[in-house]
Amino acid sequence: MNTEILGVLAMYGILVLLAIPIGRYIGKVYAGERTWPDPVLGPLDHVFFRLSGIKADRDMNWKQHLVALLTINLVWFLFSMLMLMNMSWLPFNPDGNPSMSADLAFNTTVSFVSNTNLQHYSGESGVSYLGQLVLMLFQFVSAGTGMAACAVVFNAMKERTTEKLGNFYNYFIKSCTRILLPLAIVVAIILVFNGTPMTFQGKDSYISMQGDTVQVSRGPAAAMIAIKQLGTNGGGFFGANSAVPFENPNYFTNMVEDISIVLIPMAMVFALGYILKRRRLAWVIFGVMTIGFLCFLIPSLFYEMKGNPSIGHLGISQSLGSMEGKEVRFGSAASAFWGITTTVTSNGSVNAMHDSFTPLTGMFTMLGMMVNSFYGGVGVGFLNFYVYMIIAVFISGLMVGRTPEFLGKKIEAKEMKIATMVALLHTFLILSFTALSSHLFAAHPQEYAGWLNNPGNHGFSEMLYEYTSSSANNGSGFEGLGDGVPFWNITCGIVMLLSRFIPIVGPVAIAGILAKKKYIPESAGTLKTDTTTFGIMVFAVIAIVVALSFFPALSLGPLAEFFGVK
Amino acid sequence: MRQHILPALRLTAVTIVFFCGIYTIFILAIAQAAPGKGRGETVTVNGKVVGFALEGQNFNQDKYFWSRPSAVSYNAAGSAGSNKGPTNPDYLKQVQDRIDTFLVHNPGIKKAEIPSELVTASGSGLDPDLSPSGAKVQVKRIAAIRRIDEKVLIKLIDQHTDAPFLGIFGPNKVNVLKLNIALDELK
Repeated sequence: MNTEILGVLAMYGILVLLAIPIGRYIGKVYAGERTWPDPVLGPLDHVFFRLSGIKADRDMNWKQHLVALLTINLVWFLFSMLMLMNMSWLPFNPDGNPSMSADLAFNTTVSFVSNTNLQHYSGESGVSYLGQLVLMLFQFVSAGTGMAACAVVFNAMKERTTEKLGNFYNYFIKSCTRILLPLAIVVAIILVFNGTPMTFQGKDSYISMQGDTVQVSRGPAAAMIAIKQLGTNGGGFFGANSAVPFENPNYFTNMVEDISIVLIPMAMVFALGYILKRRRLAWVIFGVMTIGFLCFLIPSLFYEMKGNPSIGHLGISQSLGSMEGKEVRFGSAASAFWGITTTVTSNGSVNAMHDSFTPLTGMFTMLGMMVNSFYGGVGVGFLNFYVYMIIAVFISGLMVGRTPEFLGKKIEAKEMKIATMVALLHTFLILSFTALSSHLFAAHPQEYAGWLNNPGNHGFSEMLYEYTSSSANNGSGFEGLGDGVPFWNITCGIVMLLSRFIPIVGPVAIAGILAKKKYIPESAGTLKTDTTTFGIMVFAVIAIVVALSFFPALSLGPLAEFFGVK
Repeated sequence: MRQHILPALRLTAVTIVFFCGIYTIFILAIAQAAPGKGRGETVTVNGKVVGFALEGQNFNQDKYFWSRPSAVSYNAAGSAGSNKGPTNPDYLKQVQDRIDTFLVHNPGIKKAEIPSELVTASGSGLDPDLSPSGAKVQVKRIAAIRRIDEKVLIKLIDQHTDAPFLGIFGPNKVNVLKLNIALDELK
């Protein structure tokens, strides 16, 4: 069998085998049960709680959770703005990189606080090492925030009536110290031993065999790359992200990094099964997500390995597949696999340039972000899926004439309104801002000529991708887009901000309201949610919402490009 | 909100110290045991550093195996792909030009023998590798210029071909820098 396909199968297989036990472990952490790293990490948590003056056992209701979450995010926002706008004169800046302008700092700050990691700067020249460390901090804490919000919803889904949903800081700190930190240390160690730099020395230079003087960017990269993958952040240390040999030295590190991308999002589903003692429900959710994932993955593998038909017309050999924007050491299959894994989760790191993918692969990466819940971001991926489940319960309840109940709680108009608003916000932000930018480009082709790197439908796709990525808190890009200008910095910043916090507030509110309602034990009249039928229903809801919302836009971009190939 | 401000400030301070400081220093300490001490492993010929083991460099002279086209001209102070779309007419013309250039420098090679990675830019612009066929298609040219038997060069490429990871995962590849160093050391 083809070794490139075998590599992809191995990655997926190892991923599932790791996600099941880690999901169980995450479940235990959130349930407050004993776990084996307690002797080491218990005291560490205690230090965090003591120094921060937090009483970890003080229960909060859903509103208090949200206030705590939003307050600390505001603190991070201010801290990051301050640092990014003053990097040039602060320490750890051996390459003499400049501070950011206000609009770029706004974009970058929102981007990292919101777990997006859209980068309108290049790591080698746009930030100092101190700036990189600050951004790395957000890669831990923004992931921890999403996971904590998810833990609140898990807790609220239990079969009982309560307002007490645990302590936000407790979930947050434990997400960082118990889950992200140990995994990040393992991945970082693997990376440094495979050649990824971890140093505070500045650029090095050498004279090449042909006599060129070449400068080589370095830095404390390994520590950041580990957490960028595990926390579905995706913001690379170097400009071209995990395509750069220093970020991703070989096929083995590529496997480790790509598995890290999906590991926690997938494990969260199994954590849900453990916490609620509903394994079947977890497997149904996992099944829906996996089928969605495969729908995007299989055609992408096919088209990337087959090669670019337009290049094929030039008469050269494409036995390796489409190679523009790809690295030889990964090959086209592992690049397509990464492209889909990084977009169905909200990671957004890349090991190949998405702008140069063949048209339909480009579309599937966009669809991954439009759905944004086939595994999804750490914590928030499940929150998005939860919204779709609420809608599916309501619709199926109406269809079969039963009261819509989800895990023993009645879903009523208020919860449905919140769910629908959250589900449609994503569509609204992507399409309205793409329309705005398209209008500006079409009306002022001279003024905004620098925006697009490619003409025609593909140019439209570059804009559509940018807002899709921002709204999905993904952070990858069709990087040909000239996005380092105030218009893109500010509009993408607004999109990321809204699409981060509203989809956290919505599901937490729904779960909190439901938790307070009377628990109705299951009866013959209850709609069963841990069945294949319900799985199909959720899948259909997702497919219909996404297809109806985005089909017109996609047909102007990648679909038109695909059918236009002669 | 007020009761959450103080914990938020204190917790932020603690996370800064721990994740920016202690975590970073811990990984930095471990890196001291890694090859190249975490500063990037260099390749040395006759006591002179000629490159970094992982980063590709530009080879476009006829006496060397060429490396792939690069959007940043292999200047590792930055990194980027071309970000050209698959159907962009300017891009396709550029690829056509690269094919023509290759054919001029490699007489006796047919178009269909050129593997796509030799005329397309990599994702990072720093791709250190070629596929074995990407190296072998250049053998005729180098054999003629260096007056070496083609079989010797083919053998050299085979010796420098890295098998897939564990023998079964991922593609074959040849590191261009190492191959060219070995090429200079022939005779």
